[in-house]
Amino acid sequence: MRFIILSLVFLVTGQFALAQQTPAPPQTKGIVVSGATAHLGNGEVIENSIIAFENGKFTVINTQAVGQGFDGFETIDATGKHIYPGFIAPNTQLGLKEIDAVRSTRDDREVGYLKPHVRSIIAYNTDSRVTPTVRSNGVLLAQISPTGGRIKGSSSIVELDAWNWEDAAYSTDDAIHLSWPSMFRRTGWWAEPGGIKKNDKYKDQVRDINNFFKEALAYTKKTKVESKNLKFEAMRGVFNGSKNLIIATNAAKTITEAILFAKEFDITPVILGGKEAWKIADFLKTNNISIILSNTQSLPSNDDDHIDQPFKSALALQKVGVPFCFSMGGAWEQRNLPFQAGQAVAFGLDYEAAISGLTLNTAKILKIDKTVGSIESGKDATFFIAEGDALDMRTCKVTKAFIRGKEIDVDNKQKALYRKFKAKYENDKK
Amino acid sequence: MKRITRITLVLIGFCLLSFQSFAQETFPINGVKDSRDGHYAFTNATIFKSYNQKVEKATLLIKDGKVEAVGAGVTIPKDAVVIDLDGKFIYPSFIDLYSNYGLPEPKAVGEKPKQQPQSLSNKKGAYSWNEALHPEFRAFEHFEADKKKAKEYISLGFGSLLVHQMDGISRGTSTLVLLGDEKEHKLILKDNVAHHMAFRKGKSTQNYPSSLMGCIALIRQTYLDAQWYIEYGYKEEKNISLQAWNDVQNLIQIFETDDRLNAFRATKIGKEFGVNYILKGGGDEYKRIDDLKATGSAFIIPVNFPAAYDVTDPHDAELVSLADMKHWDLAPSNASALAKANIDFAFTTHGLKKKGAFLENIKKAIKNGLSEEDALKALTHTPAQLIKAGDKIGSLEKDKVANFIICSGNIFGKEGKILHNWIRGNPTILKDLDYPKLNGAYQLKVGRDNYLLHVKGKATKPEFVIQENDSTSIKVKHSVSNKLISLSFNPNKEANNVISLSGSIADKKWSGAGTLGDGQWVSWTANYIGEVPKKESEKKNLNEKKGNKEETEKLVSQVLYPFVSYGWAEQPKQETYLITNATVWTNESDGILEDADVLIKNGKIAQVGKGLSAGGATTIDGKGKHVTCGIIDEHSHIAISRGVNEGTQASSAEVSIADVVNSEDVNIYRQLAGGVTTSQLLHGSANPIGGQSAIIKMRWGYTPEQMKFENADPFIKFALGENVKQSNWGDDFRTRFPQTRMGVEQVFEDHFTQAAEYKAKKSSGKPYRKDLEMETILEIIESKRFITCHSYQQGEINMLMKVAERHNFRINTFTHILEGYKIADKMRTHGAGGSTFSDWWAYKYEVIDAIPHNGAIMHEQGVLTAFNSDDAEMARRLNQEAAKAVMYGDVSEEDAWKFVTLNPAKLLHLDNRVGSLKAGKDADVVIWSDNPLSIYAIAEMTFVDGIKFFDRKDDVEKQKQIKAERARLIQKMIAAKKNGDKTQTPMKKHKHHYHCDDIHDEMH
Repeated sequence: MRFIILSLVFLVTGQFALAQQTPAPPQTKGIVVSGATAHLGNGEVIENSIIAFENGKFTVINTQAVGQGFDGFETIDATGKHIYPGFIAPNTQLGLKEIDAVRSTRDDREVGYLKPHVRSIIAYNTDSRVTPTVRSNGVLLAQISPTGGRIKGSSSIVELDAWNWEDAAYSTDDAIHLSWPSMFRRTGWWAEPGGIKKNDKYKDQVRDINNFFKEALAYTKKTKVESKNLKFEAMRGVFNGSKNLIIATNAAKTITEAILFAKEFDITPVILGGKEAWKIADFLKTNNISIILSNTQSLPSNDDDHIDQPFKSALALQKVGVPFCFSMGGAWEQRNLPFQAGQAVAFGLDYEAAISGLTLNTAKILKIDKTVGSIESGKDATFFIAEGDALDMRTCKVTKAFIRGKEIDVDNKQKALYRKFKAKYENDKK
Repeated sequence: MKRITRITLVLIGFCLLSFQSFAQETFPINGVKDSRDGHYAFTNATIFKSYNQKVEKATLLIKDGKVEAVGAGVTIPKDAVVIDLDGKFIYPSFIDLYSNYGLPEPKAVGEKPKQQPQSLSNKKGAYSWNEALHPEFRAFEHFEADKKKAKEYISLGFGSLLVHQMDGISRGTSTLVLLGDEKEHKLILKDNVAHHMAFRKGKSTQNYPSSLMGCIALIRQTYLDAQWYIEYGYKEEKNISLQAWNDVQNLIQIFETDDRLNAFRATKIGKEFGVNYILKGGGDEYKRIDDLKATGSAFIIPVNFPAAYDVTDPHDAELVSLADMKHWDLAPSNASALAKANIDFAFTTHGLKKKGAFLENIKKAIKNGLSEEDALKALTHTPAQLIKAGDKIGSLEKDKVANFIICSGNIFGKEGKILHNWIRGNPTILKDLDYPKLNGAYQLKVGRDNYLLHVKGKATKPEFVIQENDSTSIKVKHSVSNKLISLSFNPNKEANNVISLSGSIADKKWSGAGTLGDGQWVSWTANYIGEVPKKESEKKNLNEKKGNKEETEKLVSQVLYPFVSYGWAEQPKQETYLITNATVWTNESDGILEDADVLIKNGKIAQVGKGLSAGGATTIDGKGKHVTCGIIDEHSHIAISRGVNEGTQASSAEVSIADVVNSEDVNIYRQLAGGVTTSQLLHGSANPIGGQSAIIKMRWGYTPEQMKFENADPFIKFALGENVKQSNWGDDFRTRFPQTRMGVEQVFEDHFTQAAEYKAKKSSGKPYRKDLEMETILEIIESKRFITCHSYQQGEINMLMKVAERHNFRINTFTHILEGYKIADKMRTHGAGGSTFSDWWAYKYEVIDAIPHNGAIMHEQGVLTAFNSDDAEMARRLNQEAAKAVMYGDVSEEDAWKFVTLNPAKLLHLDNRVGSLKAGKDADVVIWSDNPLSIYAIAEMTFVDGIKFFDRKDDVEKQKQIKAERARLIQKMIAAKKNGDKTQTPMKKHKHHYHCDDIHDEMH
């Protein structure tokens, strides 16, 4: 009801921009962007670049010195600006929850323990007011991931500009999310947190997962399914390699155990969280494991850990050659995803490697790198232009953003409120 | 020698019967009167008359449960039973001041209601409103001797205990009792001895207090209420608890504190009310020994040393903090540290999971530097003195209670076992005074067969074997009772051929009769033929073990200040520093200076400018660096002990974060690494009128009191909106007023009105009850204390400003203030500042309209604007948050920087001391690697008061030291495990980082 009233107020006051942004129409005309420093996402950078795209795909990526005729192309002069591939937010609840504390706006956590069949895509709200605030910082794709339980459900990757979830879907049911048990458990609840106890059920919980996977695998080998099991059906992709298995876990020991578990089923899992991954980087490298790192901007897990440890973990993985990308939990928080990478740069990570950790590496880990994730000819023209360094809040300002060549609206509800009240005060003065 | 054996027999009789002579006067006798005077003379003993008076070959004479005489030249009366204790030691019995022996298990008065909170006590009658206060409980009225538990204490050498019921904040009085199973009439030595207090709510189901600061406030208010009651209040009401509280004030006061910081807190309360508490400590006093010495308190300390951690798995080892490892290493040296610092202390068994480990741990303390004399002092003299019972117990002098123990040797030595424990002349026999010395090799003849019998091991527990040859032997079951012996063994293991012998022992010659396997009776003899030869391998082993042990004990940990990782072994000192050729952000009219210098001297900024020089200054090349004043966080919840909210009532103005500053939080160091030098530690936002705040400087390594910003104006936290309405607390929280924004206004209106009336009452000259809550609110309406108010929506912000205006004061700061942009003009007119988040939103309904441009608009509209953290992690990169004002709101870099420095300094009224680089201000300075607003800027050095508290180069050293020290202690723990020491499993430690809305009850 309040929302309705709120919307009415907006209409009456003529602040139409306060309603959600209108999705962009498809690209009709070739566009060429010139003069920018282009960070390609694959580690390369082109100063004074020329980037052209048509029908939603990049066609030319070069330095301006080479020069080419772009007859009939719309031109954008981006001299002195920076171009980045659209940032990809893995493991987010964007569009699944609007206001954290309001139950009726939360759709990220289904009940149940093993629920691979639960699919985030159909709950993804393309009209969320939060999404435009995220994409106006350069995040253009997101992996919408359910939470709760042991097998949390099935995620999908979406473009952050769409009329409905079907349009938004970029890679449907791309991964099954498993939350690995912890060897310790916290007691109490959010307002009254208790102490930490050893998780006596750890072994049982691991066995439960194992049994479920064994039975699911056996089920997929049936020549004829007489009674359909939705949970097991959802697991097929994990076994045949068409779906990622993303295992959330942070401790060195549990990461190791989770990987060895998956190997038993010929699955190469992706580790999500990975706070202590840097401690076992060689093991990860040997086993071909990629890491979706949780917040760089976080506190060390233990008092003795170095105060900067979370800032340095990405560099440690990079040195050994473990593929990683950056992530941030939650929904609205995604606007700060770029700064998770920036923080790692401050503590030694190569800048272009950090960009890869938001773009091409993420795309590779999420298995969408054939079409997106870097500025390369033939790939989706999903990118943005920023006035300054997109990883540094001191200079970052996203001026234009494109998803498959469509120029999207980088305005949002918050900017509109800013204008509304700025205008009020200016009028008051008069 | 013969005489002793005879007496042993007699004593066993006593043990079972105990004296009748001290029977209760008033009780009827069943049988004949059996009066005895218990007249005993213990001769030839080494007697400790007191902890520092040792007399050799001395006599102790006791009668009627009292000491008659003690010394070397005591004449032995003819009517005394003489016990020759040649070679034995006598000590005064030990005293434990911290016990709940003989008292009933505390129980909750009623049930905790489902609808929270329970605002009043469930206890019926004219008692305190708070269930955790029961000064009226008198232990001696509830005391019942407990035979089984008494035995445990007695076997450890204790003769008397000070017992109290360990429940609640005021626990009532303790009573001094003797151990033993006599009637309680005879065991209670002194009825009301001490009043006991603790920072624990115990069984109380009442919500208040839910935090340590609430507990402290409650104690203060109770002192005041009791004063009021004695002067005036008794005319208005009957209050058994307040009356009892007054009654117990002339007793000794004992305060349980559990750790060093609580020790400071208790002594601070004591100072305010003129009370000297004896502190029950946590055994970690060594971590702040000098500061504790300065409090002048005496301590009762536990010896519950932690077991080594099982760190054989390197990943598991990571779960154990260096602080815990070091505590394992240093805890046994705690008593020694107290003794060296000349602090009075007594030992207690309290806290030991198994009391049996008590003496063993005392010996460990001695091994770690405590003298035997000081150990004995802490077991006898000091506890007696502390409770003013030195006239009765604690030493062996004429007319004192005959409480003493007889030991086989030096009790702190290897062979010193407690044999007897005499309590008021009543013996408990733990071991026989003497055992027949049977060890040796014997020629055993059974019928026609000969065997070689070896008796070895301890005299108290000898081992009997038939030695077949050098390597094989057969166990012999045996029992020896006085002069009788029985033996049985099977010389042929396979067959059923057990030989059973019974007989008598005389010196070196034993004989008797027995049966063979076939039942045939035979006679047997065993003749001593010499000592049991020692095996070569045994000797070698013994030597090796000794060598190993010595080596592992060589290195001892250093104490760190604070006692956590990254603490200082040696604290940094104030120096003169000249930072040259840097980009200097002055925050003054000079703006940002290029190639400028900053001179730091005597803790102040001496000069800012170009081409400065100073003799004797440490020069720091600032080329390419940026120099700023330190960051000031207006809203932080780090460094707080046990609870950030006292949200159990709508107003908790009486509580103060200043009482619970935790100087040992590693986040202090982490914030220094982020360039933060001053923080306001705020109460949470669970209630409309929260608690008083503390403003601290990041003086890492200092005590809580030393960290506080000197002479800062006092502040208090208020809150509005969903948190105070308990909107997101679940359905059990629906009864505490207010539940709507309408109610919130009324809470304020009511309290300000009350405070004005309180003021009138106060100034009328009539007696009044001093109310700490009202005192605080009165300060607010008199503009002597300033509000920083948690707020989101414009309506309620406007409301609070109007309430304040009605009461003629101003709101100093709105914190969070996410809709400040909607009423920035009104805020400016009112004179309120805003301390906001840069970009938080969407986490609850009331922040649905939050925008990251909020700071920019408020700033443009002339509202004094700051960005704060409210988060331990974000606090260490507030420079980045300031940059978001540039990113979202196009605020100039210079102004944005002031959002986290000068502006919060102004909001806290501290801009005369901090917030800019200006000659004369505090030298709170940060050197950055880059423009401080950039994400790439790293704080390289951070100074507070001209002391370099953080330096990235030192930090690298610290990391190395932590690594090396961990490695050393891990090796030591692994060695301890190999040595057979008990270990504990490493556990992940829960470290709670407080936020506004944490309402955990921390007081049980």
